[in-house]
Amino acid sequence: MTIERPKADVVICGLGWAGSVMAEELTRAGLNVTAIERGAWRDTSTDFPPAVDPDELRWTTRRELLQPMSVETTTFRNRMDQTAAPVRNWSAYQFGWNVGGAGTHWAGMSWRFTPWDFEVATQTRERYGAAKAEGLQLQDWGVTYAEMEPYYDRFERIAGTSGIAGNINGEIKPGGNPFEGPRAREYPTPPLKDTFWMREFREASERMGYHPFTLPAGNISQAYVNPLGVTMGPCTYCGFCDFHGCGNFSKSSPQACILPALMRRPNFTLLTETEVLHAVKHDDGKTAKGVKFITKEGEEGFQPADIVIITAYQMDNVRLMLLSGIGEQYDPATGKGTVGRNYTYQTCGTVNAFFSDKYTNPFIGGGALAVQIDDFNGDNFDHGNLDFIGGAGIMGYSTNGRPIQNMNNLRPGSKRWGSAWKEAYTRDYNQGAGIFIQGTSMPVRDAYLDLDPDYRDRHGQPLLRLTFDWNRNDQNMLRYLTDRSVEIMREAGGEDMIVENQAEESWNPYKQHSSHTIGGAVMGADPTTSALNPFLQSWDVHNVFVVGASAFPNNGGYNPTVTVGALAVRAAQAIHQTYVNNPGPLVKG
Amino acid sequence: MKRRDLLRSFGAAMTTSALVSPAAAAELKGFPEQTAMSADHLPRPAMKGGGFQVFTQENDRKILAAVFDRLIPSDKFGPSASEAGCLEFLDDQLAGRYGEGRALYLEGPVRPENEEAIMGSPQFTQTPRQRYEDGLKALEAYAKATDGVAFHALSPGRIDEILSGLEEGKIELPNGVKGKWFFELMLQNAREGYLADPLYGGNRDMAGWKMIGFPGARYDYRPYIERQGENLKLEPVSLIPKD
Repeated sequence: MTIERPKADVVICGLGWAGSVMAEELTRAGLNVTAIERGAWRDTSTDFPPAVDPDELRWTTRRELLQPMSVETTTFRNRMDQTAAPVRNWSAYQFGWNVGGAGTHWAGMSWRFTPWDFEVATQTRERYGAAKAEGLQLQDWGVTYAEMEPYYDRFERIAGTSGIAGNINGEIKPGGNPFEGPRAREYPTPPLKDTFWMREFREASERMGYHPFTLPAGNISQAYVNPLGVTMGPCTYCGFCDFHGCGNFSKSSPQACILPALMRRPNFTLLTETEVLHAVKHDDGKTAKGVKFITKEGEEGFQPADIVIITAYQMDNVRLMLLSGIGEQYDPATGKGTVGRNYTYQTCGTVNAFFSDKYTNPFIGGGALAVQIDDFNGDNFDHGNLDFIGGAGIMGYSTNGRPIQNMNNLRPGSKRWGSAWKEAYTRDYNQGAGIFIQGTSMPVRDAYLDLDPDYRDRHGQPLLRLTFDWNRNDQNMLRYLTDRSVEIMREAGGEDMIVENQAEESWNPYKQHSSHTIGGAVMGADPTTSALNPFLQSWDVHNVFVVGASAFPNNGGYNPTVTVGALAVRAAQAIHQTYVNNPGPLVKG
Repeated sequence: MKRRDLLRSFGAAMTTSALVSPAAAAELKGFPEQTAMSADHLPRPAMKGGGFQVFTQENDRKILAAVFDRLIPSDKFGPSASEAGCLEFLDDQLAGRYGEGRALYLEGPVRPENEEAIMGSPQFTQTPRQRYEDGLKALEAYAKATDGVAFHALSPGRIDEILSGLEEGKIELPNGVKGKWFFELMLQNAREGYLADPLYGGNRDMAGWKMIGFPGARYDYRPYIERQGENLKLEPVSLIPKD
């Protein structure tokens, strides 16, 4: 039997950050919204209270909050002449598997992108000439930082973000990030406190003439009531943040910030443990009429709606567009088609070291607890004599001291077993400290997504296939940034350094550190190079909106979440302020 | 709700008058009022005193103890793996969802060589439980072939030699078991058992945490964050009372 559901104004596919933000805006505007989420309902007190959450084995090691590969995985290859293989085991990917999505288990690093990130094509050409971008597939986002500012502000208010402003309306503020785009006002809550290592990193980078600041964090520093009337509590620096839920209501998440208000709205309905298979178009192909779904019990159904919003995380956003025939598959050989184009990642490295006779107390941690310099991020420094564009944030972090995760963080040459390991771990656990280099990722022609010809998910639908390897620009960037980071670690007095430049070897998902998968359904002002217009509306099927980091045409040297949230607010407002009054393309193609 | 009327422009036949609500899919309206813990998120402590569920053969337990106690021997830093309960830990893990490989993608086509070339290391379509079953058999066969004795009867020095050979990829095990990767699996699991919450049967008396100075399942370091660089001497706590 096929389930036929009552029609909704809007159906939302996936209720993570993007879906929750959209649903909140749209229901507040009076629209009747149904959200469909394949994971289960999860909430703070029923699923990750303090008596359950600080359990490394279950949540970090076994990853029980994450979507298992048996539900759906991706396939991967470095080059087009290879046969892709499925990712069978846990890897760098951290897809959400519950109401709240990846917004439940994320670390909370709460960045805005720089103005440059949104206009990388134009600004690179104007500052350095067109030759600088040779080999890269650069394109602007079709929206500027200045246009994004109010939406960033809105999302930060919902999330309660902790931080210290570096630029308020053009005025540089002491202690903040002087390179950030102008903000309208200070962060909702003050910055978190420094650990031992954060203070050492801060002082070392200051001595070198850099501009350290406390990371903007979704682990909030004090109690806060957000604009939806939801109360959050202060972060306790417990160190069980990323991969875990938060038992204190202090990590910005759909659970802590949006769902308590959203779920009480009579015009909101949520279907849990129900998976959207694909959207269904009208016969003329110009609009979608709803989505086909399947319940946990295997019953198929149809949810009719006037507007279809896909908010299923970057990879699944692209996959759902392809499975639904919305837009044309990108072909790297011809450059035609837009869905799957401009896949990017996050170019990362680490510098670890040890402090003899000190106690770094790594267990005092937070997912976003760190000090960073942006002196070498984006285009904050002159690339005139450098062989790359872009850069990275360099952070001294105190995210966790979880003992299984850190059991190989030992001085160089240490053994991983026997009494020698026990001695090394006893010595090094409390003396270790790390720098994380989180860099930009630039699009190239042959890094893309499409449907795999061989491998299928549990419902028989094709898996998404990724073709990707590091490109020369990003490798050159990371080499330069790694050298800068080593200098800082040396100045800070770290001994026995271990340097890892991830871009030195071929990319594969088991080797990487970042879960940030980006692009594939990108926004832009030109329908020949973007799947979505600047309001994240499909150029091809105007009542379909696709919201997530899939929309970024290039990746900044930052975590994606706050930019996803800001784009979601902007898209939702365009829908209820403009689109519903006159359904059709919001931008002329 | 007037806006809804504005949205009726997409054609007529989208809705049906038969508004059947789904029988099985969980439809939520309003904030769920349930306050009890979700059954599948309740703590899952290892069974105590129930005997072994997976390693039911004594010889398997002897091989495992022989390996684990060289990976984590008893010394001045703390008890050995088996003394800390790592065998019971592994047995419990393999009896459940981890051992069954419930999270893994196990569909074909299986192309081991291509998968290893693409991913830089082999992928397995056997569950962890199957890998132990095959791996322990292979270790026993190897000891009998090279030394003429049962694996557990080997001297500690000889076991170290074999483990090093496996780790470095210099020793091949029989029956197609990838020795280097079986070593990695055992090393990972032994140390998990030593460092996970005692809830799961290992890390007895929080010995692993005491060894390195990890305070365990504490949830509030606000009183300590400003005591930078100091030895805080915090006693560890576990998710279950001391056993």
